[in-house]
Amino acid sequence: MVFDGLFDGFTAQLLAGTVMTVKVTLAATAMGIVLGLLGASARLSKVAPVRWLGDGYVGIIRGIPELLIVFLIYFGSTRLLMFIASQFGYHEYIELSPFVAGVIALGLTFGGYATEVFRGAFLAIPPSQKEAAEALGMGKLRIFYRIQLPQVWRVALPGLGNLILVLMKDTALISVIGLEELTRKTSMAVTATREPFTWYLTAAFMYLALTVIATVLLNYFEKHSRRHEVPVQSSFKKLAEG
Amino acid sequence: MDWSVIAEYYPRLLDGAWTTLQLVVLSGVIGVILAVPMALARLSPNRWINIFPYTYIFFFRGTPLLIQVFLIYYGLSQFEVIRESILWPFLREPYWCAIITLALHTTAYIAEILRGAIQAIPKGEVEACRVMGMSKFTMYRRILLPRAFGIMLPAYGNEVILMLKGSALASTITLLDLTGMARTIIARTYTPEEIYIAAGVMYLVISWLFMIFFKMLDRVFNRHRLA
Amino acid sequence: MNKWLKAGALAVATLASTAAMAGDKIRIATEGAWAPFNYVNEKGQLAGFDVDIANALCAEMKADCTVVAQDWDGMIPALRVRKFDAIVASMSITEERLKQVDFTDHYYSGGLRFMGAKGKVLDTSKMGLKGKVIGAQRSTVGGQYLEDKLSDVVKVKLYDTQEAVYLDLIAGRLDGAISDELPTYDWLKSDQGKNFEYKGEPFAKNDKIGIAIRKNDALKQKFNKALQAIIDNGTYEKINAKYFPFPIY
Repeated sequence: MVFDGLFDGFTAQLLAGTVMTVKVTLAATAMGIVLGLLGASARLSKVAPVRWLGDGYVGIIRGIPELLIVFLIYFGSTRLLMFIASQFGYHEYIELSPFVAGVIALGLTFGGYATEVFRGAFLAIPPSQKEAAEALGMGKLRIFYRIQLPQVWRVALPGLGNLILVLMKDTALISVIGLEELTRKTSMAVTATREPFTWYLTAAFMYLALTVIATVLLNYFEKHSRRHEVPVQSSFKKLAEG
Repeated sequence: MDWSVIAEYYPRLLDGAWTTLQLVVLSGVIGVILAVPMALARLSPNRWINIFPYTYIFFFRGTPLLIQVFLIYYGLSQFEVIRESILWPFLREPYWCAIITLALHTTAYIAEILRGAIQAIPKGEVEACRVMGMSKFTMYRRILLPRAFGIMLPAYGNEVILMLKGSALASTITLLDLTGMARTIIARTYTPEEIYIAAGVMYLVISWLFMIFFKMLDRVFNRHRLA
Repeated sequence: MNKWLKAGALAVATLASTAAMAGDKIRIATEGAWAPFNYVNEKGQLAGFDVDIANALCAEMKADCTVVAQDWDGMIPALRVRKFDAIVASMSITEERLKQVDFTDHYYSGGLRFMGAKGKVLDTSKMGLKGKVIGAQRSTVGGQYLEDKLSDVVKVKLYDTQEAVYLDLIAGRLDGAISDELPTYDWLKSDQGKNFEYKGEPFAKNDKIGIAIRKNDALKQKFNKALQAIIDNGTYEKINAKYFPFPIY
C-alpha cells in the first residue's frame, strides 16, 4: 500500500489532528457565545418579531441534526454567498474552507443551545438590580455591560461548560467535509493499515483525554468565578475554629 | 433554486424518515431498558459494583458518537472471532450496527438522567417505605422507579430528540436514513441546498412530533402534580 | 512519430500557452482516494494517473496549474461555483453530469466489473444476483448502475469512498462490489486484495472518462488541443505504461 512508509508517523498525524480539533472547538465556542448572547437578548426582547426570530433560531437548531447543518453550510453557503455578492457587482468565486464552514455550522449549533443557557442566566438576575441601576441614571448599554453581563457569566458558566464538551465531540462531524482533524486523520490511518478497531479506539482515548483536560479547566474557571461567594456554612466553621 | 427536485424525490426522503424513526424508537427503548440496571449499579455504594457503570458512562459520554459508530461498524469487523461468531448476522447489517451504537450511547445518558431522578426523590418517601417494611426490591419496583420515571420524563424527551439528531450519523455507514437518503439523492441531482433543506424540514417535523408526544406523556404520568 | 505532426503539436501548444497565459491560473481538482488514478503518496502529495495527465496537459499548455484534493460528493457543485476550473478525477462522461457541466474529449476509457471473494461463486447475471448484497461508491458510475439496473433484485450499499467498499469486502459484509475495472486492478494485486478477484466479464464498456469543466468555458478547447498533443508526442503512452501494462485510451 502507498502509505506503508507513513506507518510510524500515524501517531504524529493523530496529534496534529488533535490540535486542529482544539482550534475548531475554540473558534466555534467564541462564535457560539456571541450568537448565544444575541439569541438570548432577542428572546427576551420586548419587540415581538425580534422575539420570534430568537425562538425560530433555537427551534431550528434543536430539531435539525448537526451533521445536516454541516453539510448545508459547506455545500450550500457558496451559492448563497456568491448570490449576495453578485447583488453588489462582485462576481469572483467565494468559498468557505472546511474549517470556516465547520466553525460556522458548529458555532450556530452552540449558539442555539447557549441562547437557552444565557436566557436562564439573565432571568436569574433579580430585576430590582436593573431598577436600582436605572435609578442611578445608568444607560441601558452600561447596565448590560457593568451589571448584567458579569453576573450572567457566572450563572451561565456550568451550562456553557457542558456545551463546550458537547461541541468538542461534535467537531468529529467536520471530518465528513474533509477537515483534517482527529477523526479524519484516524480514518486516514485506518485506510492505510486496515486496522479500524485499533485506530478508532486510539482516537476515542484521545477524545477522552481532551474531555478530561477540558473538564478540569472548566471546573477551575467555575471555582474562580465563585471565589467571592463564601459558603455560609464554611464561614461559620471558620468563626468557630478561629 | 430548483424546487421541483423536492416534488420528485420527497417519497424517497419519506422512506428515509421512516428508517430514522425506527432507529430512534428502537434505540430509545433499548436504552431505557439497559439504563435501569446501569443507574442502580451506579448508585451502589460498593466500589466494585459502581466502577463498571462509572467507566461505561465516562467512555460513552466522553467520546464522539461518530467514533463510536465507526468503532462498532468498521472496528469490530477487524477481528476474525467476531466475523465467525453467532452475532455476525446482526453485526454485518449497518441497520443493527446503528441501533446498537445509538442504544449503547443513549444508555449512558439515560442512566445519568435516571440516577439524578432517583436522587431527587424526597428522602421522606424512602423512609416511609422502610417504615412500612418494604423490601428494597419492592421499594424500587413499586415506588422509587415509577417516581423516578415521572421526574425524568422531560429530560428523557430531550435525550430522545438528541438521539434523533445523532441518528443522522447512520448515513456514514451506508444506511439510508433521512440524511443518507438525502446524500444519495444529491449524488444524482447535484442540488444540495434544496434536498438538505427538505430533509431539515422533515427532521423539524419529527422533532416536533416527539415533543408533543412527550408533553402528552408527561400529562398522563404526572397528572397527580397538576393543580 | 512524424516530424511535421510534432511541429504542429508544438505550434498548437504555443498557441494554447499564450491563451493560457492570457488567462490566469488553472485550478484542477482531483479526489485523492482512487488509486492508482489519484491518491496521496507517502510524501503527502497528490499523485497517480490523473495527476500525471493533468500535469502533462498543463506543461503542454504552459499554464500555471495547481492540483487540489476535493471530496467526491462535492466535486461538481464546487466546480460550478468556481472553487476550481477543471476536474481531472477519473470522472465518467454521463448524460446526467452533462446537464451540469461540460466535458473534454475522453482521456481514457473504462468499464465496470464485479468483484468478489476468491473461491465463492458470484453469478453476475441479473438472475444470479438475486438477494445478494452488492456495494459501490456513492455517486460513481458503478453506484448509479447498481441503483438504476439492479436495485430491484440486489441489496444496494453505497459508500462514501472506495476504501470503505474494500473494508466491507474484507469484513465479509458484501457478496460483491461493482466498480470501474481499472482502479481495482491494483488493489486486487495488493496484499489486502489478494483474496478477491474479478467476477464475470467487464460490462458498460463504453464508459469514457473526461475532464469536467464549467459549461461554455473556453478551457474545453485548450484541454482538447493539449490532450491531442500529448497523445501524439508519446507523453500519454509513457504515463499509461507507468500504471498499466496495456493501453487504456
